[in-house]
Formats: sequence, C-alpha cells, structure tokens
Amino acid sequence: MKIDSAIAANRFGLGARPGDLKTIDRNPTSWLLDQLQGPSRQPAELKGLPATADVLLEVQELRREQREMRQLADGEPAPDFVNTYGRTVRGHYTEQTQVRYRLAASTEHPFHERLVHFWSNHFAVSADKQPLSAIAGLYENEAIRPNITGTFADLLIACEQHPAMITYLDNQRSIGPTSTLGRRANRAQRDREIGLNENLAREILELHTLGVDGGYTQEDVTTFAKVITGWSIGGAGDTGRFAEGDPGTFEFRETIHEPGTHTILGKRYSQNGMDQGIAALRDLAVHPSTARFVATKLARHFVADEPSQSLLDQLVETYLESGGELTRVYTALIRADEAWLEPHSKYKSPHDFVISTFRAFDHVPENTRFVVGALDLMGQTPFRPGSPAGWPDTAEHWGGADALYKRIEWSNTVSRVVGSRVNPVDLGDAVLGPTFSAETRKAISRAENDVQGMTLLLASPDFQRR
Amino acid sequence: MVSRRDILRAAGVGTIATSLPRWAFAATESDSRFVLVILRGAADGLAVAAPYGDPNYRKVRGELALPDPGQPDGLLKLDNTFGLHPSLAGVYSEFGKDQVLIVHAVASPYRSRSHFDGQDVLENGAANVGLLRDGWLNRALAPLGGSLGNEAAIAMAQNTPLVLRGDNSVTSWSPSQLPNADDSTLRRLQDMYADDEFFATRLVQALKSQEIADSESSMGQMRSRGNDAQQLQTMMQATARFLTAEDGPRIAVLEASGWDTHANQGTTNGALANRLGGLDAGLMTLRDELSKTWSKTVVAVVTEFGRTVAVNGTRGTDHGTASAAILLGGAVNGGRVIADWPGLGKSDLFQERDLMPTNDMRSMFKGVLSDHLSIADTALNNSVFPDSASAPSMQNLIRG
Repeated sequence: MKIDSAIAANRFGLGARPGDLKTIDRNPTSWLLDQLQGPSRQPAELKGLPATADVLLEVQELRREQREMRQLADGEPAPDFVNTYGRTVRGHYTEQTQVRYRLAASTEHPFHERLVHFWSNHFAVSADKQPLSAIAGLYENEAIRPNITGTFADLLIACEQHPAMITYLDNQRSIGPTSTLGRRANRAQRDREIGLNENLAREILELHTLGVDGGYTQEDVTTFAKVITGWSIGGAGDTGRFAEGDPGTFEFRETIHEPGTHTILGKRYSQNGMDQGIAALRDLAVHPSTARFVATKLARHFVADEPSQSLLDQLVETYLESGGELTRVYTALIRADEAWLEPHSKYKSPHDFVISTFRAFDHVPENTRFVVGALDLMGQTPFRPGSPAGWPDTAEHWGGADALYKRIEWSNTVSRVVGSRVNPVDLGDAVLGPTFSAETRKAISRAENDVQGMTLLLASPDFQRR
Repeated sequence: MVSRRDILRAAGVGTIATSLPRWAFAATESDSRFVLVILRGAADGLAVAAPYGDPNYRKVRGELALPDPGQPDGLLKLDNTFGLHPSLAGVYSEFGKDQVLIVHAVASPYRSRSHFDGQDVLENGAANVGLLRDGWLNRALAPLGGSLGNEAAIAMAQNTPLVLRGDNSVTSWSPSQLPNADDSTLRRLQDMYADDEFFATRLVQALKSQEIADSESSMGQMRSRGNDAQQLQTMMQATARFLTAEDGPRIAVLEASGWDTHANQGTTNGALANRLGGLDAGLMTLRDELSKTWSKTVVAVVTEFGRTVAVNGTRGTDHGTASAAILLGGAVNGGRVIADWPGLGKSDLFQERDLMPTNDMRSMFKGVLSDHLSIADTALNNSVFPDSASAPSMQNLIRG
C-alpha cells in the first residue's frame, strides 16, 4: 500500500471508506485527476432540490403576509407567523444540509466534492442573515458546483450574480447616486442621501479576487461599488419598490446603475450597463494578485498551512499562463512533489473530521440532524461561517483546547453508538493505511473495549490530521 | 462527578503547577481580574457614545442621529458633548458610580478597512498588518507566570482568538451538550498524545478548564442555546465562575459578533440597538455574577474599527476608522469620557470620511496592563506592544 493512496483519500478527498485505499492504490494521481474530467458533476442526490427563485418567492410571500398581519396587529408579529416563517426556512436549511452531508458521506468523487466545499467557503455566504439559511445550500449547487472546473472568471461571475451573494452583501440596496432613480429619490428627500452600499464591492476585491494586499485603494472600492450598482434580484422583493425581472433571479436594473465611465486599478471601463461590471470582474479574475491569492488559498487547503514559496510560484504561473483555468491549477497542485511529502500536514476542520468519520464507518446518515448537531457543537455550523471571509483553514484557528475536548467527547459519543460492530484496529488499517502509526495502533490494541478503542482511533493525531 | 484533577496529576502537571509560584499572587500580591470583550464586525462608535454636542452631529448623522439627552428615548448624558446609547442603560448606571470610562476617537494603528486585517492588528498588538503571529494579551502573560495546567488566561470559546494565541499556555472553554469521556479514556488519550506536543498540550489545557467547570455544578447545565444575547449572558456567567474559581484563570476573553451594520442600522430601536442591549445585559450579568470580585475587575469592550460618519445609501454605515471603547468595572477610575475630540466637519475627518483617530487603542491597553495587572513598562514597550513608543500608556485609568 502506497502512502500516496492515504494522502489522496484523506487530504485531497474527504476521507477513506473501507476499501477505498485499495482502489486508489492502483494510481493515486489518476484517481484524483479523473475526478476533474468531463462536465462538472450534478449528482443524482441534488435532483429533488428546489430552485433558489422558488424558495425566495415562498419566503417573500411569507414576509408579505407578515407585513399585513403586523398592520392588523399594531406592529406585533403574530406568533403563528413566526412559527410558519421559522419552520419554512428551517425546512429548507435541513433539506439542503441533508443533501450536502449525505452526498459527502457517500460520493465516489470526494476530491471533486472537497473542491465544491472549498469554493463554497471562498465565496462564503452565511446563514445567520436571512433569508440565506433557506438558500445557502442551493447557492452552492447552482453557482459553485457547475463552475469549479472551468475558469475562475466564470466561477466568480456566477457567484457575484447569484441572489444569495447579492442579498448577503446588500448589493440590491446599492443605488447609483446619479442614476435615474437615485437622482429622483434624492430630489424628493433632501435629508437622506440615497446611494451606494460598498459591502459587495469591497468583499469582491478583498476576499474573492485580489486579496487584502492586492493593491486596491478605498477609491477603487467606491468606484467598483458604482460599477456594480444595478446588480440586483428580479421581482418586487421585500420592499415592493421595483417589480421588473424574473422574481428571485439575477436582474440588472438600469434605473439604479451609476452611469458613466469609471476607473478601477487604473483601467477605464466605458462599457454601458451590466457589461461594465462583467468586464471589471474578468480583469480582476486574471490579475496577478488574484492568481496569488487563489493559489495561496488552494495550497493552504490542500498542502499545508504554510505552503512553500516555490509551490505558490508554480501555481501562480500556471494560473496566469492558463488565464485562470482552474483544472490546470488543480493539476499543477496534484503534480507538485511537495503535495505528497508529508502525510499529516493539515489539522482537520470539524467539517473534515465529521465527514471523514462517517466515511470511515461507511455510513450515510438517514437523518443528518446528528451531523449538523455535531458540527454546531464543534463550532462549524454548516453554511454559517458568520462572515464573508468564510471558515478559517489553519490549525491555529481550529486548535483551541476546548475544541479538541469537544472532538474527544464527540468521538466517544459516536463510538458508543457504533459499539463493537467494528474492530478499531482493522478500521484504522483500512482508512489510514500506511499513515496509521505504531503508537496509535498500540494504544488502541490495549484499550479496555472496542468503544474505547474506537474513541482513541477517532481522537488520534493520525485521524485528526489529513 | 468526574474529577479531572487526578488525571492532571497523573500527567505530572499538578505537581509542576503547585511547585511553581502562584502567578499573580506571588508576583504582585494582586488578584486583579481582566476581561476583554471583542466586538467583531466594527461597532459604530458614534452610536455607542454619540457626540450630540458636536455642532455637526445631527447634520452628518442624518436619520441615524440619536435624540438628545432628555428627549424621549434620548441619549444618556455622559457630559456636554457625549451621550451613551439608550440601550446601554446598565453601563450608564455604572458610569454614575464612576466605574465606566468611555475612550473615544480611538483606533488601533490599522488604517485600512478590512475587518479581518483590522482584527489582526487589534489582537496582535503590532504597529501594522501581518507583523506578529501571536497576540498581545498572550505576550502580556509572560510576567504573570501562568503555566501548562495552571493557565492565567481563558478564551471563552472553543478556539483561542489571536489576542490570546502564543507561547504562554492558555485554556479555553465553552458549553457542551455531550457526555464526558470517562477518565480511563482520557488517561489513555494522554498517553497516546505524549509524543505529539500539539495534542498533548491542548488536552492538558482542556482538562484544566474542565476541572474548574466540574467543580461548579451549575456549569454542567449551561447550554449554548438561544439567541446571541442569551448566549453572551451564558458566557458571561461562565466567565464569572472561572474568574472566581480558586486556582482559576484571572484573565478572560469573550467575543461577540454581528456589529457590521451596513443596512438598516436603526437608532433607538433596530438592529444595532438590539445588539447593544444584549451587550449591556451581558455586562450586567458579569457584574452581578462576579459579585465582590467586581471591585477588582476591569472589562475592556473594543472593536476593530469604527464606521463611516455619514449614513450610506441603505440606512447603514460602511467600514470606517476610529470608534469608541468602553472600560468598566469596580477597578476603573471612571465617570469620564476620554477624548481629544477631532470634530465631525468634512475637513476634520480621516480621508474626509471617517472619525479621525486621536487615541491609540494600544495606549489604552497599556494603561490597563500597567496599572491594573502591574506589567512593567519595559515589557509593555518591548514585547507586548513592540514599536509602540508613539502610543504611551494612558494614565489614571485605574483606581489608585
């Protein structure tokens, strides 16, 4: 058994299931590369999910009812409404997390699936802002999944135009001060300036493309915010202000777009309407700062918390040469020697730990409440990073003392459920292969019983790292 | 009830810990407590403590301006310039007892507007972005003498925020819904981790906080449920338990998020008012639960930067620069607002946009560390806040 097989399954993939290492052992590199072939996968598990537009309409309808009821009840939301709204939103969240984690536990393409989760975290929305909890999982499948093997530009545009991102970072509210509607509104109400909201523009530059040191200024942020005014969501929305466009889908609204030629990072954009923002995003996507930022995040996720400068240079070169062809960058990453040197270079996030546990048990949970509960307990509630920066990706962030203790408690709880159905030493061999250390094996073989042995396996440094 | 003490002892940690001088007591004969509360997301200092007496305030704040003191739901008068947000009624009652200081127009040395870099600089104590990988409060622990298994500081969270990360051993704690692992399993884990420092130290640290939690029966029932305000109250209760436990930590760090009010920030009511109300309730819980220990306590409430002076197009505010900080507690020499007020006219602003910083956050921290935790100036200037000569300690923050 090659050590590379364990690295492929556990660090590049989502964790080995018993039997996986044997399959991968034929050729670990090809096993990974083959997962990138062909059109981006739409697994059968996703077929039953609704579209974002349908969910947004449902939620808006509930909000409209709420407003009406408030008017009847002198401003107090009726308790019935709170229940219905909460139940509806929770129902969507549960369904979407269910699909996500069942798929993660069972997929035959775990490297591809890890990439989906990686990009979903790079372009993070957070379910702590409504109505994101009802659509965050749909966003992952609609904007991220179909685009992760194409160019970064296409992925970027798909994310920035998805209603989830637009509402999460308030862009539907951002109005060009001298746009048709902006001027009219500002004439009407002198005391209040109708205008820009910089939120999305800033996070695109800081978190999605150039990175915070990528060479942009506050003026670039403000100008870019003007360029993407009008990037909105169709239909009347909550406010009932504008009604054009297909409800719940991306809509460019000319009437709030700030007109004129704008200069970002020293380049003039004279296009009209939505094309101006698209042109700016396409330039940002192939900017050297973006190449370095994306390469660093990928290498940090797949190789080490502090990847070497030479690896980064290699990835940046591939990125820029190919114009941001992501499959080319992934391939360069997989082909780099450095990616295979150290089998345990990454401390698993709770997300990694929980998924790899289910895969080790070869168990696809019927009801994922237990999964979501576990992630919640370990501080990584699905689709809820709490900020557009997404979840951190290094051991120093996940390595709190109490966090390790929670992992131990959960390992113990899971092991009690699994009981003595599986021999922990055999399982260690099956899923860790050559990365199962002699010390861990010895500790497990001396355990008082299989439940304790299984707790030791799951909480072992070998299993907690990838 | 499971005792973690035996396991710690089995690891030799108890003996090491008890053979060392008891940290702050031995070193300074002081048992001062310090609590740092980080408001993540850039809290609006002009709403926390509004400069209602500034002639430009109403004009620049427009519909986000809060009513003057004396008006219905008006600001709580601090002095002739500043009023506290009406949701901070508990803090205001402490202000009346001279146990609150508001430090205004205060900022870390960071001058751009990224939350994440801003929090880095706030927490690592460096003069600029990306210079230090550990936190100032961890570096400040060195002269206090905490040790593995006998930590001087605790993060009230699963993971340790940057401000507490570093070479000095710290612990962390958060409520759990899961059954404890049994002692036999924990001992075996300790053996298994023996050759892996990352796991070995964390387990010892966690066992220490579990040991304290076990000795407080009420903590076993604590649950991280409820809304953010309720969770903050739970954490404040737990903080008080740790800070009053014998051999417990004397320094705690808490975090509260959700301050990034880009849209519909509200005034007397609304999103920000609710957050502030939750913060106020949490701080009052801490005061009540600390009981007699409150008199030895300083709580610092800080945020990474402030928000734009002008209201944005969506009834909110965007990322800005200077904000306000709150110091409260029985050890605070309060009842004042510390501000070299820069004004709100266009030319008074930083980049014609944000409140101009006139106080350095590091000066405030240095003042607290020096006078409350008796940390020597040389340590403060050399290791805790390197390159901070431009930010001398603030004087008289602490009761003499």
